[in-house]
Amino acid sequence: MSSAEYKQKEPLLRIEKKAELPSKKILLLRLLAVVLSLIAGGIFIACVGQNPFVIYATILSGACRSVMAFQGTIKIMIPLLISSLGVTLAFKMKFWNIGAEGQIIFGATCATFFALFCSGMNHVLLVIIMFLAGFLGGGLWGLLPAVFKVKYNTNETLFTLMLNYIALHIVSYLRDGPWMDPSAQGFPKIARFDKNASLDKLFGIQFGWLIALILVVVLFVYLKYTKQGYEISVVGESQDTARYAGMNVKKIVLRTMFFSGGICGLAGMIQATGSDITLTTSVAGGVGFTAIIVAWLAQLNPFSILIVSFLFSVLEKGSSVIQSSFGLSTDCADVLQGIILFFILGCEFFVRYRFTFRRKQKIEASEGKEA
Amino acid sequence: MAAHFCLVNDWPDKIIQGEDGMAEQAKETYAIECKKITKKFGTVIANDEIDLNVRYGEILALLGENGSGKTTLMNMLSGIYHPDGGQIYIGGQAVKINSPVDAMNLGIGMIHQHFKLVEAFRAMDNIVLGTKGKKEKAKVTSEKIKAISETYGLEIEPEKYVSDMSVSEKQTVEILKVLYKGAEILILDEPTAVLTPQETEKLFHILRKMKARGCAIIIITHKLQEVLSISDRVTILRKGKSIETVDTASCDARKLTELMVGRPVSLEIERPVMPDCETILKVVDLSVQKADGSVAIDDISFEIKKGEILGVAGVAGSGQKELCETIAGLLQAQKGAILFHKENLLGKTPSEIIEKGVSMSFVPEDRLGMGLVASMGMTDNMLLKSYQKGKGPFISRKPAKELAERLIEKLDISTPGTETPVRLLSGGNVQKVLLGREIESSPAVLITAYPVRGLDINSSYTVYDLLNEQKKKNVAVMYIGEDLDVLLELSDRIMVLCHGKITGIVDAAKATKEEIGMLMTGETAEDTTGKEEA
Repeated sequence: MSSAEYKQKEPLLRIEKKAELPSKKILLLRLLAVVLSLIAGGIFIACVGQNPFVIYATILSGACRSVMAFQGTIKIMIPLLISSLGVTLAFKMKFWNIGAEGQIIFGATCATFFALFCSGMNHVLLVIIMFLAGFLGGGLWGLLPAVFKVKYNTNETLFTLMLNYIALHIVSYLRDGPWMDPSAQGFPKIARFDKNASLDKLFGIQFGWLIALILVVVLFVYLKYTKQGYEISVVGESQDTARYAGMNVKKIVLRTMFFSGGICGLAGMIQATGSDITLTTSVAGGVGFTAIIVAWLAQLNPFSILIVSFLFSVLEKGSSVIQSSFGLSTDCADVLQGIILFFILGCEFFVRYRFTFRRKQKIEASEGKEA
Repeated sequence: MAAHFCLVNDWPDKIIQGEDGMAEQAKETYAIECKKITKKFGTVIANDEIDLNVRYGEILALLGENGSGKTTLMNMLSGIYHPDGGQIYIGGQAVKINSPVDAMNLGIGMIHQHFKLVEAFRAMDNIVLGTKGKKEKAKVTSEKIKAISETYGLEIEPEKYVSDMSVSEKQTVEILKVLYKGAEILILDEPTAVLTPQETEKLFHILRKMKARGCAIIIITHKLQEVLSISDRVTILRKGKSIETVDTASCDARKLTELMVGRPVSLEIERPVMPDCETILKVVDLSVQKADGSVAIDDISFEIKKGEILGVAGVAGSGQKELCETIAGLLQAQKGAILFHKENLLGKTPSEIIEKGVSMSFVPEDRLGMGLVASMGMTDNMLLKSYQKGKGPFISRKPAKELAERLIEKLDISTPGTETPVRLLSGGNVQKVLLGREIESSPAVLITAYPVRGLDINSSYTVYDLLNEQKKKNVAVMYIGEDLDVLLELSDRIMVLCHGKITGIVDAAKATKEEIGMLMTGETAEDTTGKEEA
């Protein structure tokens, strides 16, 4: 017994679990986190020699000052919103699909095939076919890890991640080889799509935004009010419970991952045919990863995802403006984004835990002496 | 502060004095004394100014319904939580216990309900695990362990691997683990839940020996008979407050229950007699393997009649879980048949079996793992087995909500609302939700495993009443239970499982606890009767 080593000291700081907070308080806490992150971000901006108020104002006005700027913001938002919705399906089921990137790329690739080689088709028919191709392509890319998961219980995190690189390099191969633009004189790129094969515009922006909005509503209803949505939540909570209730867990996992990948594939197709009007290796451009953050920040709620992805896009677009008007490098904007994320994600800790400081020792010590 | 440290440091001498001189005890140096211990979790007050004390050489039983704060209090003594108010004294000295290591250094050893052993290690490795100091030769450690076990009458093979041990052997290792570290104060959290009556008796024998050697022991248990047989005093907690501490000798089960619940409760379990009915479920030559290929159920045959409660007894892990899962269609059988109205259930999917009216409610150790979705409210949990029924792709929540409201009223479930996640409900209420749903599906066969697991007396009796109500409705009930006293009172027949085999099916009205205990250890019915005659 080493009682000599025993010290009569309470740790200065300890972590305690909180009782579950009412949702209003949680919201307040998150708002506080946003405010704090802006302050911390402001300090950073001040350190690099700029006026934080001016910078923040520029970010806001940069994203929304003109119709064109706003259109640009929405253009950034479309793929982010759709793929966030896609990963949400998988996350609800606790299937860690971090392969949205690959699913976006592969969906875009499949749609591109029709855009390049069937461009003579009736426009409406072609667009529908491209939509289907994008959905199926992404779905297939999502289904693949799910099949291995249910059959051999492989790790879906690694599997989906690896498929990202495979999809990316398939595009590089097509760009350098079979699909290389012959008119680019050897420069490796895929040809610009025919106008017939690109998405129409609605209010000056490609009509993908409408699809994204429809998807928000569809997904909300799907998750909340359908049997399949109910199955997803049960499987996500406990596969044992799902089996016990007579659910076919394997089927549900496969189906959900197909939909999850499919929606991400749609995002890719819309990006390629609506915004880029060609297929590049940067069609996903990290959106698949940002989507994971958006989905979690929004607590997997489709309507919150709509808001969060919009805010993200404002930040993104605004950052590009401060870069051009203040000469602040994009890296600074990235740091700013990182700070904001850090605070918002960090506040989730305080939703569930709190720090307790050591109480005053004097009173208790004297109590001890009395005894 | 400095003086304070000194006082703390010389406490071990005090123990020794307390151990061999009764004079010291006259001054009431308690091994543990808790004064006005308070612990809050958010707005919930788990412990409200609790007073508790244990002397050296005394066994104190801690009794209380679920959620009365027993575990919280013990967790504070073993350094897992911090009290928000009040003071703990060990051997008369005010202390602060910041971590399990501190608790160990103060001589407090906790034996948890779920063993915390490394399966791949030998007994001795587990015992020395976490002790500081130089690594000794295996032989020295082994000798030391043997010396301790002899002192307390423990039986152990230090070289044996934990994975090869029976539950009771594992418990012995747990006890040795704390004794080896020099614990003088032992806290046991429901130690008998996994033991046969014989093993329980053995454990009590050990505890009495420790007591004789001057250890202070706190035991938490729900079984009143055990409280009466082992403890010297009983401290009763109710709703986070210490209600009373009584001498066991002056008490009986009725009085303890009354103190615990706060009002008189009838301890009778009725056993309505139903006319002899037809067999509804017949299991023939069933053999089932576990996922790892080991035998879980070994060639068993039995039947259940309508309007009958068939009790299933057996040490935990004797194949109860697998039997349930096989009948519910979750596990594949290697051999045999399960006939429901002469129709084989084997090979049918779980949902087909649910449709036929065979309902299974298995309450796993964590209570929520299988039958309920923890993060969902009652409404959504009601839907779990019936959501497929409505037409179209959409779910209709209205009937489920009505059902939830009906259950709340009928079973007196205390919940803020039908949408409150069930994980926020107390254990008793969770089990009422689960069992209520199964019963509301008006099953023909109701299989219920451990429905009173961890429940307090009051809720347990509600559950027994519910089962009897089903029996009266001509439902065939299979009740897999842990408490033999209850099994004997509630069931019509008792089937005893041991290592996946049926060692006997006895008439509950005539059987004795000892008889079933023998069957549980693997002796068949013939052996038992043979011994009785001898």
